[in-house]
Amino acid sequence: MKTRLLLNIALALLMARLKQSIVAAAGVTFGIAMFIALISFMTGLNKMLDSLIINRTPHIRLYNAVAPSKTQPVDRAGEFAGFRNFIQSVKPKDEGKRLYNASRIIKAIRADGRVIDVAPKISTTVFFNSGTIQLSGMIDGVDVQLEQKLFHLNDNIIQGTISDLGTVNNSIIIGKGLADKLIVKPGDVVQVTTPDGDIAMLKIVGIVQFGIAEVDDVQSFTSLQTAQKLQGKPAGYITDIQVKLKDITLAPVVAKEYARLFDMDATDVQTANAQFETGTTVRNTIAYSVSVTLLVVAGFGIYNILNMLIYEKMDAIAILKATGFSGNDVKTIFIQLSMVLGVVGGIVGVLLGYGLSLIISHIPFETSALPTIKTYPVNFGVTYYLIGVGFALITTYLAGLFPARKAAKVDPVVIIRGK
Amino acid sequence: METPVLQAININKYFLDPVRFRVLKDISFSIGRGSFVSITGKSGCGKSTLLYILSTMDTDYEGELFLDNEALQEKDNAALALVRNQKIGFVFQFHYLIEEFNVLKNVMLPAMKLGKFSNEMIEQKAMQHLKTLGIYDQALKNASQLSGGQKQRVAIARALINDPLIIMGDEPTGNLDKKNSDIVFGIFKEICLENKQTTLVVTHDPDFAKRADRIIQMEDGKILL
Repeated sequence: MKTRLLLNIALALLMARLKQSIVAAAGVTFGIAMFIALISFMTGLNKMLDSLIINRTPHIRLYNAVAPSKTQPVDRAGEFAGFRNFIQSVKPKDEGKRLYNASRIIKAIRADGRVIDVAPKISTTVFFNSGTIQLSGMIDGVDVQLEQKLFHLNDNIIQGTISDLGTVNNSIIIGKGLADKLIVKPGDVVQVTTPDGDIAMLKIVGIVQFGIAEVDDVQSFTSLQTAQKLQGKPAGYITDIQVKLKDITLAPVVAKEYARLFDMDATDVQTANAQFETGTTVRNTIAYSVSVTLLVVAGFGIYNILNMLIYEKMDAIAILKATGFSGNDVKTIFIQLSMVLGVVGGIVGVLLGYGLSLIISHIPFETSALPTIKTYPVNFGVTYYLIGVGFALITTYLAGLFPARKAAKVDPVVIIRGK
Repeated sequence: METPVLQAININKYFLDPVRFRVLKDISFSIGRGSFVSITGKSGCGKSTLLYILSTMDTDYEGELFLDNEALQEKDNAALALVRNQKIGFVFQFHYLIEEFNVLKNVMLPAMKLGKFSNEMIEQKAMQHLKTLGIYDQALKNASQLSGGQKQRVAIARALINDPLIIMGDEPTGNLDKKNSDIVFGIFKEICLENKQTTLVVTHDPDFAKRADRIIQMEDGKILL
């Protein structure tokens, strides 16, 4: 009841300076709209850029690094214990890239609650033969379903689909650059030579493009079974275990844990792609600081208008106080006045921001990196709208607070006697 | 004798700017219920200063002040605002109507602040006062559309809306011509007689002052008897 009366008075005072009030509210509107559009666009881009690498990278990769044994035979010999042993020309130990006991390890990791899923991989270098020319390349033998589930490989396959790898025997999906060099298209057969000298004929069922030339020129995919056959290895031969976590930030910790637990090497995505996180942080910081500046400027606009209003409405303030409105009531009136500008400006700003985001999301954006994306990516997360409105309310509250405190301190005697 | 509505005991007031100056010197007096009192004196004798102290708006004074047997000098600003709202009605030289509201709303504001009655009741009461003051037909007009005399009558209606114990006027007829002054004086007189409300008016209009029940004459910050 009392609040409604005060709000009533606040609105009446607002009407007295309708034009300036609209300008002040427009400042808030503009600030919020830009904040939402900017943040939505920035985070949309960030997500896309992250997905370029991060989504295609396992959060944790388990493998056998090519490295010398940590304990050399001389260290085990009792008679040399306590001596400092110098060994020249140490060579990496020959245990191959094979992960032992891979299926048990995969089962164990899959049972971990922090993990989304695990995918095995066989990675090998090969030569692609085109006439007399040999092109070096990489073949990744992947589990078709898991690869699609975890790494959305289909998003980058511009011809054919990943499931063809499972259905067609001895099939391969090759990189765009590689296909261009070999002058082949889906349906053709390509000859590959393995490091051991075996020759195999593989049928091309698709073309993949990541938009990174070095990758597209060498990368190709086949099924696990085909990769094993190609190298003459038994079923169960696996060189990499790729893990995706529910919470990516846990990756470094979990990677260390797995490395110790399974006695193999593990890298986490943060270590492998440190620069991406930095880029994301910097872009977010820029977007937030620009938007916050806009809103603060809008806040100053409101502060100015309210200050003017108070000088203009001194008489009204004086009589309100004389007839029994307390300083707090007057303060409430002016804070409400400011908040009304904030709420109205905020609501219009949210709508405008949503409109701007919609427009941006319809601007054509062709990138070779992501063949499935045709327009600018925009993130329509509700959080940013809430942050925008929240910030508008805080700014207008603060912008209203100082003039309101001034109004609360107005001495009616000074005003009334001055007439 | 019945208990006074307003009692002032040894009120002293100093102005500090530009030099310390004693404006009011040991002012003591009391006003009974239903009386019509005018304070008069030359410009600068402190009569307005005294009124604003009595009105609770000026709290920077020494001495004791009782309104309806309540000591006012100890109350804080919020409590004093409530006292003004409930027990004191003001009429100033200038009308101080809020231009953004119509006449009716202007009159209703103090009662809405008090919140004792529903809005419908307050509206009825406001209309009643406007009727008594002869500006019933202007109720829905904007305050800025009224003549000076009409505005002053609206201000009086606003002062009366909460049935205050005492109505204080600071040169309420200062801006009005003879005819309107007479009307305003008539209204004040009626308030005293009919509702037993007390009226305290500061004026330097000798005609107006003379017609009051009691005249408090001031000179150099002191009351002359």
